[in-house]
Amino acid sequence: MAQLVATLASTHHPFYLKATTLPPEQQMPQAAEWKRKVEAYRETLARTKPDVLVMIGSDHFHQIFLDNCPQFLIGKAPRYDAIFYNEEREFGIPKYVLEGDEAMSGFMHQHLMDQNFDFAFSNELKIDHSIICPIITVRPQNDLPVVPIYTNIFAPPLASPRRFYNLGRAIRKAIDAYPSEKRVAAIGTGHLSLELGGPRQFMETGPDPEFDHRAIEWLRNGDIDAILDNVDHASMAKSGNATHGFLNFILMLGVAGPEGADYVDNLDLFHTMEAYFTWYPKESAA
Amino acid sequence: MSKYYVNKFLFTVDRDPDYLRRYTEDPRNFVATWEQSIGPRLNDAEMSTVHSFTEAEREALINHDYVALFEMGAHFFLNLTIFIGIYDEIFMTKSGPLAFQKEFALKLQSWKGKDYPSVAT
Repeated sequence: MAQLVATLASTHHPFYLKATTLPPEQQMPQAAEWKRKVEAYRETLARTKPDVLVMIGSDHFHQIFLDNCPQFLIGKAPRYDAIFYNEEREFGIPKYVLEGDEAMSGFMHQHLMDQNFDFAFSNELKIDHSIICPIITVRPQNDLPVVPIYTNIFAPPLASPRRFYNLGRAIRKAIDAYPSEKRVAAIGTGHLSLELGGPRQFMETGPDPEFDHRAIEWLRNGDIDAILDNVDHASMAKSGNATHGFLNFILMLGVAGPEGADYVDNLDLFHTMEAYFTWYPKESAA
Repeated sequence: MSKYYVNKFLFTVDRDPDYLRRYTEDPRNFVATWEQSIGPRLNDAEMSTVHSFTEAEREALINHDYVALFEMGAHFFLNLTIFIGIYDEIFMTKSGPLAFQKEFALKLQSWKGKDYPSVAT
């Protein structure tokens, strides 16, 4: 059977590439520290020598819109074009092409359906920065096939935090059951407290630093009970109108299981707290 | 009121460099064109008869009035991204990085601490 070798959950910051590749005299003061932290985080994936990446992100109205809006969607294609015009324009992220793994996508789709997660699917999925940001940060050589999974964290009504956690558990079961010798890493991105298009956007810190610190501790300790006791849609909205991206962290804790993280780092940036977590399955040698 | 249709406007224009240029340069004419021939399009062969703007929605779009659009419940991501596309460079040249984003936030300060208008459609 396939082996899960690492679970990575992090924030995704679309300005990372631009911020760290500008001429040094134009870079923000934290750029060098940011790059160091990201490169250290990258190593937590590299050391596990994965063969395939199951990637969890959330389309930001790039491919998916309100005329046809799935809660959970899996890509099933031989490859995936990535990055839309308006992301190139705003973030300076170039186009990418990611190799797919149709066999694994197909297996996971069926397995998730059998676990009562009725996924939508796409045979022609163009991927946005929610999945390309972690390629840029943790696998910039872009040399591995991917199974992309999208969650709806944007267009209400959203699935509950518990549902996201249970979906993570189901994704873990699907990976564990895949009849293959492949080494699989699961990589998901979301947000801590975040405000976009509202009165608390682009402040010196994220809109709710207290939530950010609590969330980091919950994830560090793998404390799903504390998360489910403290986080619901209304509380996330109070922490910032785009804080629902935290649901993807909850999902990734579901993939890892309710265990303490093996690697935790964070960086307080303008308008957002960056955070980086890696879990190694306890039976893994990594 | 059609939050969906306002969002469809923001979505279709932000993702198309030609539409975005026309909406930047001549918003009144472009909004009229959009309502006639772009908004109703479902695909190359099919047109929708379902949605239309209210007068207030039309005026907010013509005036690039992101405060009014926020208050109508336009989706926060679409409402931010398109106006960054239009105004970021102009503000940056004048007042430095994130100047537009900070002004956007400032104009919405009266909403701080309140429940924001719902973006549900």
